[in-house]
Amino acid sequence: MRAEGKENKAVELEDVTIALGGRPILNRICLAIESGEFIGVLGPNGSGKTTLMRAILGLIAPSSGIIRVLGEPARRGNPAVGYMPQHRHTAGSLRLSGWDFVASAVNGHRWGLPGASAAERREIDGALDLVGAGALAKRPLMETSGGERQRLLLAQALLGRPRLLLLDEPLISLDPHHQRTVVGLVRELQKALGIAVLFSAHEINPLMEALDRVLYLGGGQAALGKVAEVITGPVLSRLYGSEIEVMRMGNRIFVMSGEHDLEKAEHRHDAHL
Amino acid sequence: MLTYDFMLNAFAASAIVAVVAGIVGYFLVLRGQTFAGHALSHVGFAGATGAVLLGIPAIWGLVGFTLIAGLGMGVLGERISGRDVAIGVVLSLSIGLGVLFLHFYTAYATQVTALLFGNVLGVNRQTLWTLLGLAIVSLAGLALIARPLLFASLQPELAEAKGVSLQLVSLLFLAIVALTVAECAQIVGVLLVFTLMVGPAAAAGRWTTHLGRGVALAAALALAEAWAGIALAYHTDWPTSFWITALSAGVYFASLVPLRKMRPA
Repeated sequence: MRAEGKENKAVELEDVTIALGGRPILNRICLAIESGEFIGVLGPNGSGKTTLMRAILGLIAPSSGIIRVLGEPARRGNPAVGYMPQHRHTAGSLRLSGWDFVASAVNGHRWGLPGASAAERREIDGALDLVGAGALAKRPLMETSGGERQRLLLAQALLGRPRLLLLDEPLISLDPHHQRTVVGLVRELQKALGIAVLFSAHEINPLMEALDRVLYLGGGQAALGKVAEVITGPVLSRLYGSEIEVMRMGNRIFVMSGEHDLEKAEHRHDAHL
Repeated sequence: MLTYDFMLNAFAASAIVAVVAGIVGYFLVLRGQTFAGHALSHVGFAGATGAVLLGIPAIWGLVGFTLIAGLGMGVLGERISGRDVAIGVVLSLSIGLGVLFLHFYTAYATQVTALLFGNVLGVNRQTLWTLLGLAIVSLAGLALIARPLLFASLQPELAEAKGVSLQLVSLLFLAIVALTVAECAQIVGVLLVFTLMVGPAAAAGRWTTHLGRGVALAAALALAEAWAGIALAYHTDWPTSFWITALSAGVYFASLVPLRKMRPA
């Protein structure tokens, strides 16, 4: 129930340019994402998917242009933005429980001793229940499977009741079955909570059922729109800067460069990381 | 055995140091920075020998050098974390410098052994008070940063997005580690700091999945190993440091045995 007559956009980029180490990643991008939209963020490695998310989080300042998040300029520590970073192998060898792992994010920026108050415990349990990870959280994090781990990370991202959720490659290293489960769960939560989601992935197909629009990045450019408008030969050829063919087989889409399935190739490459 | 003053001092000193080492060590293991702790202790050797050469008590040389090195690692941050080679080179250089300082200060052989391998039975009242003061500073510092430290260790990218300064937290933590290393070196020597800082914490981390219990267990294990080590040394006349390392290794390897029948803690 918001007082303003006009609902704020979840994310607005106005003529945004971002360069990292002198290399332009995003070049004069303008786009607007509505609140309550599920956006699939796609594009080749290095096309700026993570960079865009970090800029929305206020961790990278654009060299020009304005980024607005839920009507305000992007800033670090905005509690209305939930974030699930790309999976990495956590250092250390302690068998800390999933619950403690999730709990570390509750007011984790405040100085002092760890430990959750009764209200914070309720919030953590609530977030775990939302993703169906209540029982799972009792187990050590390092002994959970990839899919289980993603549930816990999702619960952590939901702490603080964000209105915008940034999910960076949640499908990496998951098998197709778990990919479907994670996408389905995010879609369900996104609708139930009425929040906007930016979900980056290497491949469009696992997201087809869930997404409202797709944001495709490449060559410093961005294309935002319905799948049928964006995943086309001419649009992707412009983003990749080379001849791209899009093939549809049933409800699956293949992005091909010559004989080469580009999205699959990206995925395989990443599996070795 | 408790009728001797030096034994009482040894038990008191090892208690202070073991509790701090267990607690700080838990976070060190959690962050996967155990090698940094090891390196800091070696830097401390150069500091201690250098201090003696200048006529300053060895412990202040230890504290000074480990602190500077800890802060240096913190400032370099990401650029050096995981750079095992860089840390290893500095580590060897420090021992080399220590050897050079010893060369200029020849009447020093027994103190070298004490520095390298510890001399808990030689702790006097004054050192005890110094250890207590350092312990209070370390634990108070840790209490101040524990919450963002935990967040930054488990989810660095998210912590950064939520406003935690990863560099500041890392810097403060390495300063605390440096103080703890300097204290530990008084009990088990610079070469064996691992035995109190890493062994008990790693074992505790395998036996419980609960953060608070893990920290408490790490401190309790470190204390038990240190006290039992001193008692065994008293009865066998073998070196204390040997017994502490043996107990630490024994407990750690015991923790690796899977306990499938045990309920998850």
